[in-house]
Order: sequence, then structure tokens, then C-alpha cells
Amino acid sequence: MTDAHISVRDLTMAYGSRVIQRDLTFDINHGDIFVIMGGSGCGKSTLLKHLLGLIEPSQGDILYAGESFVHATPERRDSMRRGWGITYQSGGLFSAMSLAENIELPLQLYTDYSASDRADIIAYKLALVGLDGYQHFYPSEISGGMRKRAALARAIALEPDILFFDEPSAGLDPISSSLLDELIQQLQASIGATVVMVTHELPSIFSIATNSVYLDADSKTMIAYGDPKHLRDHSDQAIVRQFLTRTASHPAKEHT
Amino acid sequence: MKPSMPMTSTSPLFELLTDQQDGAVLVLSGDWVQGQAHPGFDKLQHDLKKLGPKAMVVDGAALGAWDSILVAFLLQCFNLCRDQHISFHSRALPATAKSLLQIATAVPAQAPLSSVPQPWYATFNFHRPLRHLHKTVRESLEFTGELTIALWQVVTFRAHTRFSDFLGFCHQAGPDAFAIISLTSVLVGMILAYLGAEQLSQFGAEIYVADLVVIGTLREMGVLMTAVVMAGRTGASFAAQLGTMQTNEEIDAIVTMGISPVEFLVIPRILALVVMMPLLTLYANLLCIIGGGIVAGGMGIAPLLFFNEGKDAMTLAHLNVGLLKSVVFGLLIAVAGCRAGINCGRSSAAVGKATTEAVVTGIVYLIIADAAINILFQQAGI
Repeated sequence: MTDAHISVRDLTMAYGSRVIQRDLTFDINHGDIFVIMGGSGCGKSTLLKHLLGLIEPSQGDILYAGESFVHATPERRDSMRRGWGITYQSGGLFSAMSLAENIELPLQLYTDYSASDRADIIAYKLALVGLDGYQHFYPSEISGGMRKRAALARAIALEPDILFFDEPSAGLDPISSSLLDELIQQLQASIGATVVMVTHELPSIFSIATNSVYLDADSKTMIAYGDPKHLRDHSDQAIVRQFLTRTASHPAKEHT
Repeated sequence: MKPSMPMTSTSPLFELLTDQQDGAVLVLSGDWVQGQAHPGFDKLQHDLKKLGPKAMVVDGAALGAWDSILVAFLLQCFNLCRDQHISFHSRALPATAKSLLQIATAVPAQAPLSSVPQPWYATFNFHRPLRHLHKTVRESLEFTGELTIALWQVVTFRAHTRFSDFLGFCHQAGPDAFAIISLTSVLVGMILAYLGAEQLSQFGAEIYVADLVVIGTLREMGVLMTAVVMAGRTGASFAAQLGTMQTNEEIDAIVTMGISPVEFLVIPRILALVVMMPLLTLYANLLCIIGGGIVAGGMGIAPLLFFNEGKDAMTLAHLNVGLLKSVVFGLLIAVAGCRAGINCGRSSAAVGKATTEAVVTGIVYLIIADAAINILFQQAGI
């Protein structure tokens, strides 16, 4: 009996005739904080979009708790997605809605809570991310870090089994970034969700990740899989060690 | 970036010399700065090929002032030497220029994006418009299919469409547009009356200006002008709103919540415009006739006479033709705007393109629909 929550099998991703990554096969276990890492343009966000079903793979399958997502009917996909919470790189909050309305939307659509219960849940979810009292603010009225936290509050509105993050620390100062990491870790520990994160922020990777995959832009496939701390010290791939130790891969050569 | 600019600058020059060890020395001199006529790289390329050295040393001892043009030239030299397997060296180059050259040559160029060989016909220009046409037709069919499914969901009360959104868009498409509709309608009525009066006065039939204004407004001008204004105003606004949501990943968020973006975002906009267009058309008709009346008054036709004559010309059939058109036009403008927005790319330039597409497509749709409806009614004798 495998503990895999998400299984990627022989996945090939391509835009038309341009292959981004091929033959990706790995598992994400229940309760993992799993990081998808790699250099710029290697296809990290594209892989996340495949996991979310926003892009169809050219080949291969993605299984959630053993069930194929790629071959599921649209209705079944929608019902599987209801167990997920997602925060996008830009937050993905609906700009025409207040923070309360943003969090209320999934509750309104998929639960039978009364309006007053929903208001209580909104206050509770915002309190979890340190934004209680900001119910009536619009995304444009708060800072980038607060937007990310508000997006996290929306992502956990339906108490998901899986939380997806696309570059959660991008554009944040080190303190906000570290607070967000802590928050993700605490929430993961308390709700027991599996976390899948696209990032290349080394402090985030080392402080919270329990497992990872490294996508290589040159060979167009995964070249490392495992605990990032272990990969940093023992990976047989020099590029992976360089990435995880922040060493320039193409040092300037001296002309004579 | 460079240092000092001399008071009087000298022309940049290079000279290719041979040395004893089967190599070449490229001596640079003068001021390699903007505004100077630079020696062509082609000549150096030619000379170097002819000489065929095993190594080349770039000597910068006689260099004066310099800017990016020098580093660009050095980079060309470096690339040429690399391609022809000539060993590249430098001496007495300014330290900053040398350091910039090192940086520019250290990072390998990004591999080309497409590694898959393209078929022969892909290199011809006709492939691009065909591919664009294929994409447009596919997107249009997909959008129409999704819209039909979403409308069925609305009819069966299963759609994820919020009534509050519908009301908000009604306000945006209706009362918010009153000012611009008022202005254009009064002016169009006046123009119509001027044109008619000019021609009809030749036969002493000025009073029929009222008939012309009323029939022309109810059947055609009132609804057409309202539709053109709404295409430029609301259609463009729908495209920009949805395009920006696409850019901000808001539409991705809707999809991954298990909600159809067409049900959630497109349906309330389309319904709002379809409901508001007939109301705006009635309002525009009224103001258009008032505008015509003002001009007729100025030409000596008493207001009471104008309105009495106009009343006789105003039949339910004329009014209904205009109202029917308004519903069709509202639908087409909203569909054009929403389709452009939903299929928008993920950059600010794409949002601008989607907005332009929404307006142009919307106006083309409504002119074609207007012509088709007119021909249909003419055949039906309405």
C-alpha cells in the first residue's frame, strides 16, 4: 500500500511542438511539503498548471490518491479540485471583491453554512493568516505580502487536502517571506494537508520542504528527487548542488 | 558609462598587424564613443580571414575615450575569433571594458526555444494567417459551445452565476451610460432632421421631416448609435476586465475552484447588456426625436405640428423592429467583448489587443446583423 497522495507518471509537457519537460515520474506523499525547483524557464509553473489541470499533458498521467486526473470527466475533475486550495504567484484574488467576499465565494458555492456562519468562518480564516479586521478591504488596498496571506486564507476556506503554492515568496521582503513560510508550515501541521510548492527561494526550501524534485532546462527532464538538504550535500548532479548552494554555474572566465 | 569625454575627440581606428609568432595584433586608437564614424567590422572580418592567424591580441594602449560601442566591437571580435578557432587575447585594454567583455562572454547564450524541426511549409508566410484563422475559429467554436452549456445551466437554475454581479453590470451598462447616450442621441436626431429638411424643402414637404426622424430613429439610428456607443464603452470594458483577470490569474483561480468562468463571469455580463440595451434604446429614441424636433423648430415647423406628425408615423411595428435589433446587438456586443477577454493572453499588451478586438469585432458583428435583419424584414414586409 503506497502512501502517495499525488503520483506523476511519465508526464510530458509541451506547448505545441516545443517540449518543456518529458518523462516525469515521481510521487508526492501524504503530509509532504513538496517543492518543485529548477532554474528559470525550466517548466516549474507549467508543471504546477498540469497538476491543477489548467494545461493538458502531451503524454502521461497524474493520479490523485490513485485516481487518474487526466482521464477524469470534467465533473469529476471539478469535484476533485474542491479538495484543493491554491495560491497563485500574484495571489489570484478577485480584484472586484473584498477579502471577505473572496473567502466567502467557495463557502457559498460548496457548503450549506448560513450567512452568519460564513461571516464567522471568514473572520476565523483571516485571523489564521493575521488579517482579521481586513474583511472589507479590496486586494488593491493591501500590500503584496498581505495579498498572499489573504489568498492563503481563501485557499484554506474549504479545509483542503492539498495546498498548492506558486512562488509564494516572490516579491516579498525576507521577513514577510519567512513569516509566510512559518505560516505555511503551521497550517500544514494543523490541517494535515499535503503541500506542493513551486519556488526557488533557498531559505524557504531548506526551512520547510520535506521532499522535492529538480527540473533541468537543458535535459528537459527531472534530474533529482528527494529531501533538498540531502540533495544539496549528496546529489550526483553538479547543477543541483550548484542550485542548492547558490553557486554560479557559469563563472566569468579571465581573458588573458 | 565611460569615464571621460575629451574636449576634442579623434576618430576611432583599428589596424591589423602581424607579429612574429604566426599571430595578429589589432591596435585600437582614437575615441570609441557615440557620434563618431566607427570603422566597419566587415573590413576586420575580411582582413582576418585573409591573414588566418592562430592568435589575435587586441591592443588598447592607444585608446582614448570609449563607451558601449567599444565593448560591442570587442564582443564581435571575440565571437569571430571563437568561430574561426583563433585564440583571443587582450593587452592594455581599459579595466572596465575588459571586465564587461568577460561578463558578456562568460554566460552561454540561451538555447533557442524551439528544438523541434518545423515542417517546410511553416517557413512560408501563408502558414501564419492560416494558423491564426484556425485558432480563431477553434476559440470561437469553443466559446459558443461553453456559452450554450452555461445558458442551459442558467435556464435550469444550476449555474454558478451571482445575481449581485448581474445587477452590478446592469448598472454599469445602463445608468452609467446615460450621459454619453444622451449626447449622441440628441446630436444624431439633429443631424437626421437637418439632412431630411434640406432635401424635403426642395419639394415643399418640410413637415415630413417628422416622419423621417421618427421612422429613421425607431427602426435604425436610435438603436444603431446606442449599439456603437455600447460597443466602444461596455464591450471594450468587458474585454479589459476579463483580460486583466486572465493576466492576474483570477480566471485560473475560478477554474480551479471548479467553477465555469463562462457561467461566473460571462453570463452576468451578457444578460446585463441584453436587458439594458432595449431600455437604453427607448431612452435614445426619445432623445433623438427631441433633437430632431429642436432642428425642425429652428426651420419653422411648430413643435406641436412636428410631434403630431411624428405621432402618426410612430407605429408599434417600427418600435418593435428597433427593440428586437437592440436585443440582438446587445447580445453580439457582449459576446464579442467577453470572448476577446476570456481568450486574452497574459500580458498588458494582450489586454490592449483584446480590447481593440472587442470593439472592432463588436461593430462588425452589429453592422452585419443590422443588414441581415433589414433584409429579412423587407422580405417579410415589416
